[in-house]
Amino acid sequence: MRRVILAVTATVAGLVALLSFKTHSSDPERTVAAPTTQPALLPGERAITGNVANTIYGPVQVQVLVKSHKIVKVSILEQPQATNMDLQIGQYAFPRLISETLTTQSARIDAVSGATYTSGGYINSLQSALDNGA
Amino acid sequence: MNTTPTAAFSARLRHAEHVMGTVVSFDVPLSARHDGSLEAAIGWLHWVDAVFSPYRPDSDVSLLAAGEVTADECAPEVAEVLAACAHLRSLAQGYFTAFPGGRLDPSGYVKGWATERAASLLSGSGSASHLVNAGGDIQCAGPRAGGEPWRVGIADPFRRGGLALVVAARDCAVATSGSAERGAHILDPHTGRPASGLASLTVVGPSLTLADAYATAAFAMGPARARDWTTSLESYEAFAITSDGETWQTTGFTRYASP
Repeated sequence: MRRVILAVTATVAGLVALLSFKTHSSDPERTVAAPTTQPALLPGERAITGNVANTIYGPVQVQVLVKSHKIVKVSILEQPQATNMDLQIGQYAFPRLISETLTTQSARIDAVSGATYTSGGYINSLQSALDNGA
Repeated sequence: MNTTPTAAFSARLRHAEHVMGTVVSFDVPLSARHDGSLEAAIGWLHWVDAVFSPYRPDSDVSLLAAGEVTADECAPEVAEVLAACAHLRSLAQGYFTAFPGGRLDPSGYVKGWATERAASLLSGSGSASHLVNAGGDIQCAGPRAGGEPWRVGIADPFRRGGLALVVAARDCAVATSGSAERGAHILDPHTGRPASGLASLTVVGPSLTLADAYATAAFAMGPARARDWTTSLESYEAFAITSDGETWQTTGFTRYASP
């Protein structure tokens, strides 16, 4: 379960990082994400839906399918799509990030060493995901 | 704040405590809660914060900086810390200081020192396997439960949420200095300006007190000087990521690198 939470956190953090590469109009009209159909679950699979992460570019939400404690699929339920740049990111960058999540999830990590985070920065940190993962 | 038993059968406990302007995460055996050593370690960190925080106007350090008290009137640990800072200053060619920006602020030493001592409190109560992570600066004891080394991810400064590499650690400290989370906050004491050239520098070695101070000093030195200086350190190894995204490490660092 810890790996799953870690992977979800990393994916959301990655999405936010990707979004932050672009310049963004100050008051974007966000189009609502197309309603997502629930994926059909195969035997032994479980769908876990992450909380909506409200970024300054708009809400992001991911869902993972877990089988035998391993993520088998990552879906982006909601992502900003107000601009062409948003759509391009969704088309090209997110799939790469998802594939990265699937390949790196096997790395078991006990703690993260990095530049000191503040109490506020901790909330979105990998360490926070580790501390909360059971 | 939150305390999560990781799994009943593993008899371990994770705890995250907001203190010293950051969050200190504990991974300890359940016995550390029952014998009171976890509580003692947390209490110690809050005491350190009350005495050493430059952000609390009533702390010993704030009163000392303002000239309202002398060092003799402070907790004895204050003189201990200031003497250690002076020693490190000369050891690090002036790149480590308890007076960043000209005002007394030994935080760069205190966090690692307090965290190492918190870990010692757990060892003193008989724990042979625990990890304390103070905002990214880590002291671990033993291997993790099961005998495997602790796996410490080094944050990738260019990819939020990503890891640059993983360190396999047992009975050692891992400290990373960088500008990723708080913006450029390490000053070069020689110029008074933010240090440049490095994105992140990690030091691994026996003591978090020293690893943390060494990482801070080396970061302030910039890439070239930091490489020479960390190579000269006995029992401590370094891994650096430059602002250009290039990496280097001291030769002995390979024994910590994990697949």
